[in-house]
Amino acid sequence: MQNTSIQQLKEHAKELRKTAVTMVYEAQSGHPGGSLSAADLVSYLYFREMDYRPQEPAWPDRDRFVLSKGHVAPILYSALAQTGFVPMETIHTLRKMGSPFQGHPDSKKCPGVEISTGSLGQGISPAVGMALAGKRDGKDYRVFCLLGDGECQEGQVWEALQCAHTYQLDNFFAIIDQNNLQIDGHTDEVSPNLDFVKKLEAFGYDAHEVDGHDMQAIADLFDKLRDRKDGRPKGIVLHTIKGKGVSYMEDVASWHGTAPNEEQWNQALRELDTPPDREQYEEAIEDIEEGPDR
Amino acid sequence: MTYTVDNDNKKPTRNGFGDEIVALGKENPDIYVIDVDIAKSCKTDSFAKQLPQQHVNVGIAEQNAAGLAAGLATTGKIPFVATYAVFGSLRMGEQIRQSICYPKLNVKIACSHGGLTPGNDGGSHQAIEDMGVLRTFPGMTVVMPADYNATRALTRKAAEWQGPMFLRFTRDAMPTIYGPDEEFEIGKAKVLREGEDLAIIANGDTVRLALEAAELLATEGVQARVVDMHTIKPLDVDEVRRSMQCHGRVITVEDHTIMGGLGSAVSEVVAEHGGAMVRRIGVQDQFGQSATYEELLELNGITATNIVATARELLALDPAGGHVEVQPQGR
Repeated sequence: MQNTSIQQLKEHAKELRKTAVTMVYEAQSGHPGGSLSAADLVSYLYFREMDYRPQEPAWPDRDRFVLSKGHVAPILYSALAQTGFVPMETIHTLRKMGSPFQGHPDSKKCPGVEISTGSLGQGISPAVGMALAGKRDGKDYRVFCLLGDGECQEGQVWEALQCAHTYQLDNFFAIIDQNNLQIDGHTDEVSPNLDFVKKLEAFGYDAHEVDGHDMQAIADLFDKLRDRKDGRPKGIVLHTIKGKGVSYMEDVASWHGTAPNEEQWNQALRELDTPPDREQYEEAIEDIEEGPDR
Repeated sequence: MTYTVDNDNKKPTRNGFGDEIVALGKENPDIYVIDVDIAKSCKTDSFAKQLPQQHVNVGIAEQNAAGLAAGLATTGKIPFVATYAVFGSLRMGEQIRQSICYPKLNVKIACSHGGLTPGNDGGSHQAIEDMGVLRTFPGMTVVMPADYNATRALTRKAAEWQGPMFLRFTRDAMPTIYGPDEEFEIGKAKVLREGEDLAIIANGDTVRLALEAAELLATEGVQARVVDMHTIKPLDVDEVRRSMQCHGRVITVEDHTIMGGLGSAVSEVVAEHGGAMVRRIGVQDQFGQSATYEELLELNGITATNIVATARELLALDPAGGHVEVQPQGR
């Protein structure tokens, strides 16, 4: 828990968005839409809520963040770079040979990545395993798992949610980023989500919903939940907008996994309230051939 | 050391796992067992009872079991996921690949009911593709012990091994081959019988059949080398090459489809090292059906009689290609 103000958290979220969009632009591949919808939550967790040590990523008592929706790796990488798990220059290596920033998070290659994810529906089970180990070992750390709403169509998600309830893991936070879009279109057209809050409640969760772009509301919710040790795992439904912060990406399914061109990138940075500063991102780091091992 | 089949002393290999994992769990609090509602069949019920703090039952949810074990492993636990081989390979296959092998976590998938042993349950429950599939996952180790004592020893080795491992046990009682103090090493085959005329490489429950066939062949004056290839990955390449020197005649025997498992693994080495005549005995590209285990083995030619017949066929062949009568050398 850090004493970061709401205003600072918003600034961090903006920086995370800029970095994520820039990474995808430079790589000319990656997933900007879901990265932007999750940016505020990631900012909140990494700059206020979570306890961790960037210089000691395997510190046993750390809070853990598991990105089950692994395709939005750019937003996680932005946080890892800006909090010092990896050098900031690493952002230029997304999806390149030898980079710690693989297309989807790889825990063998990147410090701060708790478990390799990418195949949807799978990250939540290891997250539950981490929370279970914490309980059994009498540790106070918490595990925050971020899921996509489309991802929740995978059956394993519900196996894992049920398991966290079985073992009364009140140190486990299942956070669903509900942006209502998936690759093939609106989730209501592909496979309706129905009511996640009711579903989580039915699974025995301490379930809540919040505007995923209202930093104050996010902070208030975590303030409320932080010390609840009633045996119930926590469920949070984040109502978000896919592509949030970049007008032409907002709520457009095709920006799920499309890279902006130079003009679009410049516009994105302008809209994110910063003049494009190509120089800042120019320092090529081709010499980073091997990512930090772990 | 002579190895023979002790038919008076029969136990299922799954019992070897169940017994050894309790001993291991008592020695090391990091050893965990993850069950999926079939603890009794997997022989982990005793562990659950004696070591509840190191036990997790996730219910009928294999995919979650694999991922949960991965999460436990990130915190330093050594989880053994116990299930049937058909589920422990295919039902949780992608979870093993993504959440265990890709991050190279220290999780053991310890499966009972391997091969055709769930005979009366029918083809849905028989695991004939498991070892072949798991062998293709980078970093995965694949082991199948031949009897109760080998299972205990190899389970202990598995707990010491760093990284993902698939262990395959079986349901039916099998004769004992090894003594309780036999030493094993993962990736190092056991030569159970020396012989120069041909080599029989088997694993798991079929090792006993290889030994029986070798006995029968000996009465005909044919000396067969018998190898227990308990680890099919990493394969003991040196041992396969030594077996090739038995006049270039190698028979593989396995309770698994002949595609992808022991027969394939041995054939790959043979092909890359100058070749030999290989005959693969195993499940013949067909699903099982409800029947006794012995009937199903018979159906697929996984019998000592068929090993002998196959040996005779090979002995009649010239390793260079043509047919030639080989006079077996008696001892």
